[in-house]
Amino acid sequence: MDIKLRILRFNPETDRKGHWEEYNLEADPDERILDLLHKVKWFDDGSLAFRRSCAHGVCGSDAMVVNGENMLACQVLVKEVSNPIKIEPIRGLPVIKDLVVDMETFFESYKKVMPYLINEEEPGERERLQSPEDRDKFEDTTKCILCAACTTSCPVFWTADTYVGPAAIVNAHRFVFDSRDNASKQRLEILKDVNGAFRCRTAFNCTTACPRGIQVTKAIEDVKRETLTIN
Amino acid sequence: MKVIKHSFDGVIVGAGGAGLRAAIEAAPHMKLAVITKLYPTRSHTGAAQGGMSAALANVEEDNWNWHSFDTVKGSDYLADQPAVDILCKEAIDSVVELEHWGLPFSRLENGKIAQRRFGGHTVKEGEAPAFRACYAADRTGHMILQTLYQKCVSMGVTFFDEFQVLDIKIDDGVCKGVVAYEIATGDIHVFEARAVTFATGGFGKIYKVSSNAHSLTGDGPGILYQKGIPLEDMEFYQFHPTGIYRLGILLSEAARGEGGILRNKDGERFMERYAPSIKDLAPRDMVSRAIATEISEGNGAGPNNDFVYLDLTHLGAETIKQKLPDITDFVRTYVKIEPIDEPIPVQPTAHYAMGGIPTDVDARVLSDAKGTILPGVYSAGESACVSVHGANRLGTNSLLDIVVFGKRAGQSMVDYVSSTKPFSLSENAGEDLKNKINNFIEKEHDPNFSVPKIREELQDSMEENAKIFRSEESLTKQTKILSDLRERYQNVTISDKGKVFNTELLEAIELEYLLDMSDTTVASALERKESRGAHSRVDHIERDDSNWLKHSFAFKNGNSVKLDYKDVELGNYEPKERKY
Ligand SMILES: Cc1cc2nc3c(=O)[nH]c(=O)nc-3n(C[C@H](O)[C@H](O)[C@H](O)COP(=O)(O)OP(=O)(O)OC[C@H]3O[C@@H](n4cnc5c(N)ncnc54)[C@H](O)[C@@H]3O)c2cc1C
Ligand code: SF4
Ligand code: FES
Repeated sequence: MDIKLRILRFNPETDRKGHWEEYNLEADPDERILDLLHKVKWFDDGSLAFRRSCAHGVCGSDAMVVNGENMLACQVLVKEVSNPIKIEPIRGLPVIKDLVVDMETFFESYKKVMPYLINEEEPGERERLQSPEDRDKFEDTTKCILCAACTTSCPVFWTADTYVGPAAIVNAHRFVFDSRDNASKQRLEILKDVNGAFRCRTAFNCTTACPRGIQVTKAIEDVKRETLTIN
Repeated sequence: MKVIKHSFDGVIVGAGGAGLRAAIEAAPHMKLAVITKLYPTRSHTGAAQGGMSAALANVEEDNWNWHSFDTVKGSDYLADQPAVDILCKEAIDSVVELEHWGLPFSRLENGKIAQRRFGGHTVKEGEAPAFRACYAADRTGHMILQTLYQKCVSMGVTFFDEFQVLDIKIDDGVCKGVVAYEIATGDIHVFEARAVTFATGGFGKIYKVSSNAHSLTGDGPGILYQKGIPLEDMEFYQFHPTGIYRLGILLSEAARGEGGILRNKDGERFMERYAPSIKDLAPRDMVSRAIATEISEGNGAGPNNDFVYLDLTHLGAETIKQKLPDITDFVRTYVKIEPIDEPIPVQPTAHYAMGGIPTDVDARVLSDAKGTILPGVYSAGESACVSVHGANRLGTNSLLDIVVFGKRAGQSMVDYVSSTKPFSLSENAGEDLKNKINNFIEKEHDPNFSVPKIREELQDSMEENAKIFRSEESLTKQTKILSDLRERYQNVTISDKGKVFNTELLEAIELEYLLDMSDTTVASALERKESRGAHSRVDHIERDDSNWLKHSFAFKNGNSVKLDYKDVELGNYEPKERKY
């Protein structure tokens, strides 16, 4: 089928601001949006910049705005979106070139919530035990691939990039509800801050955006509730 | 082009499972940098699905000797047995250590780490399939990558994210450092470092249908090969039996471990004919050959008779949801069928490089077939060849390999750094790379010599001539094609002349590594006149232990390949006929 692809382009070496470019392509309805970007890059304009690696929705490289919604370009097929297809970089982070944004503040926020298991007790020679029920409590949030689709779909984050954002809270949730972790109190103190979980206005954009199907808003609500239990 | 100089004791190139595990070991003892072309959490370790083996014996009796036996037999006796013993023995502590660092393994009712069956893993040296693979649903690699990265974050490890290493500096046979390209700015960074570990992963992008990420282009092996370091056992490339038809996206062996069955167009469970005792759980080389044979004999399904089915319909919705959630989602997303109700079209997909940079069991890189050590250079993970996988890797042994030998690489870096003094590396160490890049920038773009054209022809022809079944004829044909492609590559041009995120430039440089990987694969395969593990010659169908119980070492020789050989290190298990 014939596809019209509109891409918001920006080259910092030549452009003062972004502009739309249009590409007419022949595509199979079963192809991924990522395949279309490759067609442009490989057979039309080699300078088009975007990130990608795994091509099947597990590495988190290619979150972008497709027809107004955040998604992974490799996880959506041509037949699932309306034609013409409009592609822009994710919002709220500085654009480096074309569809590539600067991820540094995103990863800084992630690191703020101490995203690692903290347990000072001697674990012994074998594995710590954990019941399947306890393991289940944080199953959903272990799936995060740090793609930033949630955080960059959040209206609060657009207006205040000091807000840690949904992804950081999801990653705090992953440890707060892990029976093996002893530092939930410290994490929750961090998330009680003005830039923490209570900034969330439950817009639900994040949950819709998450390509891993994580119940992001629910995770944020869980964390808020848990925060009220400390002190 | 700016050139920026850094000084470290050690550098790790790559932040997948192997690189991160090495970093955890080395970081407390030296000034260390981890350089990675992708953000660490984007590494392809995150795509691994099914599990990581260790004889924990959580479900049934098991011990690491049986794991060793299976690994050696699975390797078609090409693995070095002392290295395999290390892998299987250290597996147990490695899994426990990951759990202590927070890895959220799936659990048994009694709270212990859950274990599942996987191809080629058995109890009592072949009696029955073993429950040995430790897993976290079907996203074990994701959890390993996340856990190791989290540990690095907690330790404050220094990362250079989205920096691509493109050169190593070796003076008088001693490592002095590496040179990297900063993707966001186009600046060149010279990293002075006397210990360097390459953990750059595989090179599955030499084939058209592949489970590998776009980024898996063999950079580490390519950089060293171009400096005269040999590559070991390159003819052994693994094709995983169950890639999604045409796309190559992997459907883990865990699907068969949980009871999934392969069927041909008539619905026949054909593996009963090829491996009567363990059937669908036979090792990958055998299952992939069985599928290719079914297809070539007209038993494939579909209008072109070119795929078979992976049938999960009898497993029930609950097992699928609990144990195979991700891979069944891939099927829903990309094929638009419901695997609970319908069988899935699959075909073998290029998956794993058994070969790579030759190392000893301490991850030290060897510069020849005699075993001479190249001081200061290490490799671990899929980029390395220890060899623990021999001619065919068993499923779950790679996630194990990356942590066991990643750790050993880190330890070797520590030993070396503590026993040597810093060397200095001059700033013009960046000149070679600068010239290479300037060449691309200055050469006028000619669409007839574009990167994608040459790469597409490379991938199509490798798929056609050097895949599961090979012959003197197909390999000779491919040698000729590769030499033509190499010639065209000399004139390759790019259209993007900018500095910022010039990924066209990087794809051009990566294409040379892909050509190197293909040359060494085809040359080693042409020379090896026997069939062993993943290397099947239709014109030499038997394994030939009297002549070929040895590892190939492929050296760069101008634009061709020179071969040398090293004997396999045997141990407890005498080579026997491989039956399952
Ligand atoms: C889909 C899939 C499923 C799998 N499932 C399993 C399984 O269930 N069990 C199992 O045991 N094995 C499995 N494997 C195999 C296993 O996952 C891989 O072999 C292993 O993860 C490789 O890890 P690595 O650390 O060596 O490389 P990778 O994880 O690929 O990491 C490579 C790193 O090198 C970096 N890099 C590369 N080139 C450069 C450069 N020039 N400069 C700077 N950085 C560079 C990248 O950025 C990346 O960080 C699977 C493989 C695939 C593809
Ligand atoms: S929660 Fe979902 S959308 Fe947000 S970063 Fe993680 S995977 Fe991406
Ligand atoms: S390319 Fe990995 S998530 Fe899309």
